[in-house]
Amino acid sequence: MKTKLGVAAGALGLALVPFALSSYQLGLLTKMLIFALFAMSLDLVLGYGGLPSLGHAAYFGVGAYTVGLLALRVIDNFWIDFGAGLVAAAVTAALFGLLALRARGAYLLMITLALAQVLWGIAFGWRWLTGGDDGLPGVPRPSAGLPWSLAGGLAYYYFVLVVFLAVTAALWIVVRSPFGMALIGIRESERRMEVLGYDTWRYKYAAFVLAGVVAGLSGNLYVYYNGFVSPAYLSIVFSAMVLIMVILGGAGTLLGPALGGAIIVLLENVVSSSTERWLTVLGVIYVVVTLFAPAGIMGFLMNMGGPYGSPHTPPTRGELPTVPTLPARGESPTIRNV
Amino acid sequence: MSALAVQELTHDFGGLRALDGVTFEVAEGERLVILGPNGAGKTTLFNVITGLLTPASGRITLFGRDVTRLATHRRARLGLGRTFQVTTLFPRLTVLESVLLAVQGSDSARFTLHRPITGFPRLYARAEQLLADWSLTERRHVRTRELSYGEQRQLELLLALAAEPRVLLLDEPTAGLSPAETASVAEMIRRFPRDVTILLIEHDMDVALALAERLIVLHYGRVVAAGPRDEIKGDPRVAEIYLGVEES
Repeated sequence: MKTKLGVAAGALGLALVPFALSSYQLGLLTKMLIFALFAMSLDLVLGYGGLPSLGHAAYFGVGAYTVGLLALRVIDNFWIDFGAGLVAAAVTAALFGLLALRARGAYLLMITLALAQVLWGIAFGWRWLTGGDDGLPGVPRPSAGLPWSLAGGLAYYYFVLVVFLAVTAALWIVVRSPFGMALIGIRESERRMEVLGYDTWRYKYAAFVLAGVVAGLSGNLYVYYNGFVSPAYLSIVFSAMVLIMVILGGAGTLLGPALGGAIIVLLENVVSSSTERWLTVLGVIYVVVTLFAPAGIMGFLMNMGGPYGSPHTPPTRGELPTVPTLPARGESPTIRNV
Repeated sequence: MSALAVQELTHDFGGLRALDGVTFEVAEGERLVILGPNGAGKTTLFNVITGLLTPASGRITLFGRDVTRLATHRRARLGLGRTFQVTTLFPRLTVLESVLLAVQGSDSARFTLHRPITGFPRLYARAEQLLADWSLTERRHVRTRELSYGEQRQLELLLALAAEPRVLLLDEPTAGLSPAETASVAEMIRRFPRDVTILLIEHDMDVALALAERLIVLHYGRVVAAGPRDEIKGDPRVAEIYLGVEES
């Protein structure tokens, strides 16, 4: 009940807050929502499935490039472009999943990184198609094919908000479903799950593709938001940033990574206005979080008030020492109160 | 028809022959204890039977069906369950959550992703029933990593049982337990449904002899003795392997 009220209040707050913001601040808030989605998508595989990926920007970038290229060069129709962006991200994730999920832990991290770097290389080098380093400027906000235009900042904010709320609700159900429970079981002990009769590969693969689609969705939203796409969207910096968003917020919770995404976007904005050392600051944040709050903000909060003990558990099989242990979940799959 | 049959099973770790032509059958509902010193190949045998390792040669049949090349989870779905020598549980999940996962593994709901698990009361009903049957109801909201070692061993048995196996492989369920805990785990195994076929690796001879109907003895990957309990009990080769009697 308390949670439901909190969620309703949060959604209402997000719906009303634009009226108190300048157009610059509204743009920043839109960006925060988009990256919150991006972070939640990685959390599905990292936090719930225990599958670390350092190439999650691949799906974000593929979605963004697909929308950008279609809108600029082929047809400026929202439904076609947006749909194609999602499909392209799904296909990429389906392909990469086949290759990457043969490995675990640090090896999985390396393979996902390598695969994403391949796409980055293509975007960087194939100038006539992608514009190379210059990227593709001038992607218009969606208006064609829609009942009303999303060109204005406010209209686009509400569009992103609706998508954000819908996807969050869907992910909320997924992580609490039998599928989500099985994913958590695989994170905790894949071997145990296998001998219990679970086809663990199928679960990991499905989660990997689903996470790719949601990442692609956030890429779609971002290219419309920015009106621009460049190889940076596929870069390791982007992949590492989203990883830090998840870890900062608290992997294995749904809200934590969303919060982490919003905070990083906000910080980047603040820090970048005074120094060019944003990446250094990001690195310091990562070190501080892993040292002092390895379960992230949500884990820290839960640990303060939660009924369960320290989140400082010894790492379980398949986890990287660099990926902090997950918080005691009061938030995620609660299967009490039947 | 035998519940489980292995024929000429061989497995190598590099140059080491861990299993060397192992052949035996287990009848449905039978309780078979596998004895043998450390390194005899007992756990390797379980790993090969459950599909975690692929044998170099040989055949495994489960209720007449050849499962030698089947994936681990497929064998589990056919009714093959097991526990591990080293506790293999879900450390950060509660007892109830763990049992739910075990129950869900053999339920059609296990791939559902558009409905919360709370929408499947039958899973909860079965999990709660199992917890009640095995006196773990009071501990159901305790996280696995916070259970005592003895309780963890019990939970491991319960998870294996929750999957409704027809053949159950138990790998040293009493390893590292106090005498009192050993007794309660042995009692738990004794109370398992009679129609479940059980293969048990056990070093505690009291437990082994109390539960076994038949025993086989492994030594350097070979079956060196097999037979009914009382026959094996008096077999000089068993004493020799366990006590290291010198050949004269």
